[in-house]
Amino acid sequence: MAESDNSPAAGNGLLDRRFFLKASVAGSATLMSAHASSSDRPDWMRGPGAPMSEIGAPSKHEAHVRRNSVWSKPGTTGVGISLTPLELLDGIITPSRLHFERHHSGIPAIDPDEHRLFIYGLVERPLSFSLDALSRYQTISRIQFLECSGNSGASLAPDPVRKSCSQIHGLVSASEWGGVPLSILLQETGIKPQGKWIVAAGADAAMMSRSVPLDKVMDDAIVALYQNGERLRPSNGYPMRLFLPGWEGNMSIKWLRTIKIVDKPAMTRDETSKYSDLQSDGIARLFTFPMGVKSIITSPSHGLRMGAPGVYQISGIAWTGAGKIKRVEVSADRGKSWADAAFDEHVMSKCLTRFRSAWRWDGSSSVILSRATDEAGNVQPTRDAVLEGRAKGNFYHCNGIQAWHVGSNRVVSNVYA
Amino acid sequence: MFTRSVLATAALWMLVAQATVADDNPQLGESISSTDLILVDYTIMPDGEGLPDGSGTAAEGSSVYQQNCLGCHGAGGKDGVNDVLVGGLGTLTTDRPRKTVGSYWPYATTLFDYVRRAMPYQAPGTLTNDETYAVTAYILFLNEIIDEKARIDADILPDVKMPNRDNFIWDYTPD
Repeated sequence: MAESDNSPAAGNGLLDRRFFLKASVAGSATLMSAHASSSDRPDWMRGPGAPMSEIGAPSKHEAHVRRNSVWSKPGTTGVGISLTPLELLDGIITPSRLHFERHHSGIPAIDPDEHRLFIYGLVERPLSFSLDALSRYQTISRIQFLECSGNSGASLAPDPVRKSCSQIHGLVSASEWGGVPLSILLQETGIKPQGKWIVAAGADAAMMSRSVPLDKVMDDAIVALYQNGERLRPSNGYPMRLFLPGWEGNMSIKWLRTIKIVDKPAMTRDETSKYSDLQSDGIARLFTFPMGVKSIITSPSHGLRMGAPGVYQISGIAWTGAGKIKRVEVSADRGKSWADAAFDEHVMSKCLTRFRSAWRWDGSSSVILSRATDEAGNVQPTRDAVLEGRAKGNFYHCNGIQAWHVGSNRVVSNVYA
Repeated sequence: MFTRSVLATAALWMLVAQATVADDNPQLGESISSTDLILVDYTIMPDGEGLPDGSGTAAEGSSVYQQNCLGCHGAGGKDGVNDVLVGGLGTLTTDRPRKTVGSYWPYATTLFDYVRRAMPYQAPGTLTNDETYAVTAYILFLNEIIDEKARIDADILPDVKMPNRDNFIWDYTPD
């Protein structure tokens, strides 16, 4: 390893971002020269293992990796959330069974043969589509994030909450979403010149509904049928959902049943009384659609424990509704100095980007931060900037910088920088 | 002649419409009957488009509310285990904003739309249109927006001005 790669890139032990790439070469050489003795095989090497099976499952040793904070509103069983365990995952794809949930009246048990997508309103030809029919259209597939607009709302609490990374930020996931571009179906129905918005509604008991501008629909909206290569999970809209890349998750209507073309927004309950952004001056902003540029260090993070002082990987996810992540900087000295983090190969538009930095932790009390910049030049704001002009209790669109305190007692906890 | 020219125009129009559909589009959409359209369409616009026939008053809505809404939303739309529907006027700029139908919602049509599609939580779709108008009127009355005896229907509901109506701005500008 070159001497320069082991030298500090920023204060308090942040190392050059190529540190891990170089180190892995040296590591594999060490492995090749280390032979296990054949006389003391562990149990699982003393006979053939389990047979093949039709459905795979995680190791029983990973049973603790599950969605957390599963919660429903009082008096309901299906109005609530569950959170992706971000700090226990790596890479950018969220396993489908761990994708976060936000439902407004539970998960409907839809018979796919009876389900239809109805497109009507300001169209030339009102049409309905069965799942079988949609499955014959040209589909596209992209790996993209979905984030609830209420994600990270806990970071607005006056004092830092004692919650894990996922308990604060776990309303974001990423999947490979495959389906039919909605623009293709709208070409088929035709749109009358007055048509400027769509109102999309689900087949859940609440018929959750949102208005979406037509230009977004024609740009990159899909009727998603697949998630990570398999049909959508019921909790993600089986058999079909709207997917609007980069925009607040609530608009990507699950269990999509109706699309009405209209000339102006319908002002549904979920785009006026909810998912609107109240300012401290009493004015509320409607239609705050794109999710802001954001990054979170997932490891180390609150609730994880450090081992002995030494070299650690600081790893996390970054994303933006504006396109691609251009840069993530990491600080180990509470923001006094910053160093660029390295990205994995995959940096995709409106997707999670995994970033990694190497940190030589000397065992002292430290505060670590990350700050993302996107290709449009948007820089992740501080928590104070996010609070500026915001009404108390407005927890939507929180993308402020997250700080974690790494204690000399090896405990990692949530703090404000 | 007239009929022929209409047919010719229709045929030409169909050609134009067809031309906008890409070659690789299998065109498997099935036409929807006007009867089916009425069944699936729940959208109500702020100008009242989509509101069904029927009517109701707050006095009538009170019993609908006691039977269907009280358990979650509490007596008088307050102090229930779920969303508070009443009060909060003047709190939006304080340290404890209370966003209710009366203090926050910009359109009365939204209330009818939401009750009809999603409420009561355990059995949505069980209220008649008259009951939905009545319980809408009751919640508006509790918020002192309309009179207890006022009869609400498709003509009147869009004209009900909500107290917070003018305090919303659009963050999105259409192309």
